[in-house]
This record gives sequence, C-alpha cells and structure tokens, in this order.
Amino acid sequence: MKKLIQPLFILVSLLLTVLASADEGSDTLEFKNDDQRSQYQRLTEELRCPKCQNQNIADSNAPIAKDLRNEVHRLILEGGNEDQIVNFMVERYGNFVVYKPKFDTSTYLLWLGPAVIALLGLMIVILSARKKREVSSDGSAELSREEKSQLSNILSEDEK
Amino acid sequence: MKRALLFLPLVLAAAIGVVLFWGLSNDPTKLESARIDDPFPSFNLPSLQDPAQFLSQEDVKGKVSLLNVWATWCPSCRVEHPYLLKIAKQYQVPVIGLNYKDDRDAATEWLVKLDDPYLFNIFDEKGKLGLDLGVYGAPETYIVDKQGVVRYRHVGVVDDTVWKSILEPRVKQYSKEG
Repeated sequence: MKKLIQPLFILVSLLLTVLASADEGSDTLEFKNDDQRSQYQRLTEELRCPKCQNQNIADSNAPIAKDLRNEVHRLILEGGNEDQIVNFMVERYGNFVVYKPKFDTSTYLLWLGPAVIALLGLMIVILSARKKREVSSDGSAELSREEKSQLSNILSEDEK
Repeated sequence: MKRALLFLPLVLAAAIGVVLFWGLSNDPTKLESARIDDPFPSFNLPSLQDPAQFLSQEDVKGKVSLLNVWATWCPSCRVEHPYLLKIAKQYQVPVIGLNYKDDRDAATEWLVKLDDPYLFNIFDEKGKLGLDLGVYGAPETYIVDKQGVVRYRHVGVVDDTVWKSILEPRVKQYSKEG
C-alpha cells in the first residue's frame, strides 16, 4: 500500500507546484500595503488589453497584457495614483485601453448619446399624449348645440 | 406634409443601417495610434548588431523614414521581410528596425540569412520603447518625419499594395514638407 501512495503523493505535489507557478495574479506580486494591492486589482480590471479586443489586462494571457500589468505594478510602486496610471496608458494606447473613457471632445457623443436619445423619446411621448388630451378637453370631439340641431335636421330630412 | 413625416422613422432606420453597415467594414483589431503627431519617445537602447553602440531618439531624425517593429518570433515579419528589402534598396527609403522583445543572436542570424534592409536596428529586449510607442503586436510600421515626429502607423504586414497605396504617398508628402 505504501508503495502505491508514495508515487501518487509525489505526483499530486508536483501538480500543485505547476498550478501555483502558473498563477501570476496579484497574490504573488509584492506591494508595500494592501491599498496598493487593491489599486492594482482595480486598475488591471479597468484597463483593456489592446491586442485582445474584449478582455481586461487582468484576464488576458497575451504578452502585451502581461507587459501592461508589469507597468501598472511598477507605476503603483513608484507611487502613481490611478489617474496618472490611466493617463500613462491612454497616452500610449489611446482611449481604446479604458473601458470608461474620459469625457472629452472625442467621447462626448458616447457619453451623452444615450441620454439625449432617451430624452428625445420621452419628449415625443409627452408631446403626443398632450396633443390627444387637448383634442378631447376643448370639446371639439363633441358636437355644439348648433351642430346637434343641424344633425337632427339632416336625420329628419332623411326620414322623409 | 403630415404624410411625408410618417416616412421619417423609415428614413432614420435606413440612415442608421447605412452607418452600421459601413462600420462592419472597419477592422476592430486595427487601432489608431495614440502617438500620431507626437515626437518620437525618448530612449537610450543598444544597437542590435553592435551592443556597444547606443541609439537615441536623435538617430531617427533627419530624413523621413519607416520604423519597422519586428521580431524573429513573429511569422508575419518573415512575410513582409522581402518587401522591406525592396523598399530600402529599390525605393531608397530609410528603414529603421525596432527589434522588439527578441533574442539578440536569433535576430542577428535572421538578418544574415534573409539579408538586412535596415539602416540600423534598435535592440528593445524588454519592449520598453515598444510600450512607450504604443506597440501592441509586431509587425507594425511607423512613418517618422524629418523632425522626428510620428506621422503614421500601419499595423500588420507591409506588402506591395500597402506600400503603393498607403505608405509611399505619405512618405512623399512628408518629404515635401521640408
């Protein structure tokens, strides 16, 4: 029995070392404090990998994502705040690398577009509702006294 | 008039359709460089073939030139290599190499075996200059003007079509600017 367990034990421990070394997450990186660690996690989740279209740099295995993670780590250790680090990346890779681009002349349409369209829709709904109410409240849909007598005249003429 | 207004949603939908259809023809993997019209990032890196010689941003100034980002691990770089040779030798346009995250020996051997189109090669082992330039994958080819300003970036293989229709007209135009 012991003969069987020993190789198995070695195999399992080998497997675990391989798995542990494959993980390059923030747990293995060194930071001065937990604030920096959480800052790193936030930033790598907010920054988009330029090579892989729709993965953040925390998720991606692309070499460029790894480089950018290293760069974020370096900048954090150098004491850069989040704005500075995001600006550093945008300067090099453009607004593409941020999931939440800054509000400026090239992104205002993106930020305001949905609100403007929603407002426009709301205005159309309100205007058309008001129009309907106006039609019914000024009584134009009901007949005036004159019109009623006119109508009965016409009807009685028909009977003849 | 009222009747014409009824067609407004149709017209709007058609217009949105045209815009979205046009969007389909855009390749989302090609990003516009954020470095366009910026001075070439400052750097101090050794030459690929001569480790003792150090190069800087001053070395890319002087003439309108192509700066080609390449590596031996990049299959497309092998595809475009003959075209770079042609551009350098036949059209006499200076081509500067940025050897990106590569192995020095392998890269030197590549140039011996396949011939060397480059005026000189910047050896960017760690990819630091690549990162400052906004490189996200080789091959990439930049046009740098006489003042050392980054004017254009092409992502992907350079071949005859790309050279004739995209790069050459721009190189000519920037050369005229003086």
